[in-house]
Amino acid sequence: MLDDFFVRALIAGIGVALVTGPLGCFVVWRRLSYFGDTLSHSALLGVTMAYSFELNIALSVFIISSVIALILIQLQKKTNLPGDALLGLLAHSSLAVGLVVIGFLTFIRFDIMGLLFGDILAVTTNDIFIIWTGGAVILIVLKLIWKPLFASTVNYELAEAEGLNPDRAKAIFTILMAAVIAISIKMVGLLLITGMLIIPAAMARNISDSPQKMVIFSVIGGLLSVLLGLFSSLEFNTSSGPSIIMAALVLFILSLLNIKQSIKLKN
Amino acid sequence: MSLENSTLVRLNNAGFKQNDKWLVEGVSLTVEKGKIVTLIGPNGSGKSTTAKIALGIYKNIEGTVEKYTNKVGYVPQKISIDWTLPLRVYDFMLLTEDIKDEAIDEALTLTGVMHLKNKNLGNLSGGEFQRVLIARAISKKPELLVLDEPVQGVDYTGEIALYELIKKISDTLNCGILLISHDLHTVMTATDHVVCLNGHVCCSGTPMDVARNNEYKTLFGEQASQILTVYEHKHDHVHSDEGQIKKN
Repeated sequence: MLDDFFVRALIAGIGVALVTGPLGCFVVWRRLSYFGDTLSHSALLGVTMAYSFELNIALSVFIISSVIALILIQLQKKTNLPGDALLGLLAHSSLAVGLVVIGFLTFIRFDIMGLLFGDILAVTTNDIFIIWTGGAVILIVLKLIWKPLFASTVNYELAEAEGLNPDRAKAIFTILMAAVIAISIKMVGLLLITGMLIIPAAMARNISDSPQKMVIFSVIGGLLSVLLGLFSSLEFNTSSGPSIIMAALVLFILSLLNIKQSIKLKN
Repeated sequence: MSLENSTLVRLNNAGFKQNDKWLVEGVSLTVEKGKIVTLIGPNGSGKSTTAKIALGIYKNIEGTVEKYTNKVGYVPQKISIDWTLPLRVYDFMLLTEDIKDEAIDEALTLTGVMHLKNKNLGNLSGGEFQRVLIARAISKKPELLVLDEPVQGVDYTGEIALYELIKKISDTLNCGILLISHDLHTVMTATDHVVCLNGHVCCSGTPMDVARNNEYKTLFGEQASQILTVYEHKHDHVHSDEGQIKKN
């Protein structure tokens, strides 16, 4: 039953879930879900760049997403537009540019569905290598900036006053976001990456009373989602991304039952 | 100990402008080890802004700030914590520094909230949260403590106890304290140096000097000097007529 491609997809998916778990918590805490959307929409442009210049997809997506993040920071400083308007502007214009460029690349046969929603058949040994080494680097860096990042998430002024340099931590975290999108694009697809970041973390929030617990439950939730999602993707011949996200949604709904129970207990 | 060594933070003619409006300007003050400097002034006079300048939260300031320590504890006036974070009092105590459990317990006991250690931060009352904020700031054993209206929302008896605690901390840890307070009585009894702000420094000096200052009386009214009168009467046997203070 376990064909070779499926084992590859499982290993890659587990790698992705280990990284999106902790990062997703920060996305929820810092209210960055639209920021995640913007970066992942711009990833399509990154993919077209990769095909045009024969670059590695993950590397190209990482570069384009980082550039978009930098542009966003500059626009925030130089315009009076609200943050969500700028995010929408960048998300949709980079998606549009990406789609137009695809139109020009007629000489390459594109699997658009695979790009948007993930394709487990497409996972190669090279992808696994990128996911696991990239993921390890992301987690190590996150561990290093954890204190200032977490403190400034709770309260920026406390972190700044007590000498933690929150601005640097924030800038590094932005780059980590671009990196996690780059490594998960093949598994989850660019339309659903933010779901992989947010839904397991949201599920974890429902059943956690401390930040550490929330990170652990978020990782476990992500792993379960990948396993359930991939098996059902194989069973029902559905795209991997939507299957994983649906599994995450089911876990989220189960975690809501837990809340109801604890409310009942309190009453 | 030389003067330079005991200085923790010094503001030289410091000011901060936001949207072309000066929040505060021309502030010079020095906080030294073991000393309590208090900022007083009406609402909007720039007290919190001055504290944030001293802490280095505001970057584009006029004048200069010389800071000689990185061990800082801060109790802000307003703190907006996002309750999407599952955060217990215990997690909050470890926010900016990894502190030993004994130090956490000690600080929580001193401020009277040890029983809340494993409670969710979002479920605390205003006064309880304020006590946790103070506990967090002192548990780091900082060299410089910046307290922006630290006892707001705390009941009256707790207020007195906390001010006594602050005084004790300044003595035992030998740390410098920059205090913002509305309680003029506390200011006048427990402070080494008072800076009276109203967009600029309107007067400064020992509590006695400030209370005698005419600008201070205009800002706070005659009642404010009454407080000092009571205090002086009790401790120095200086008598006064019609709220005026007679010098010895």
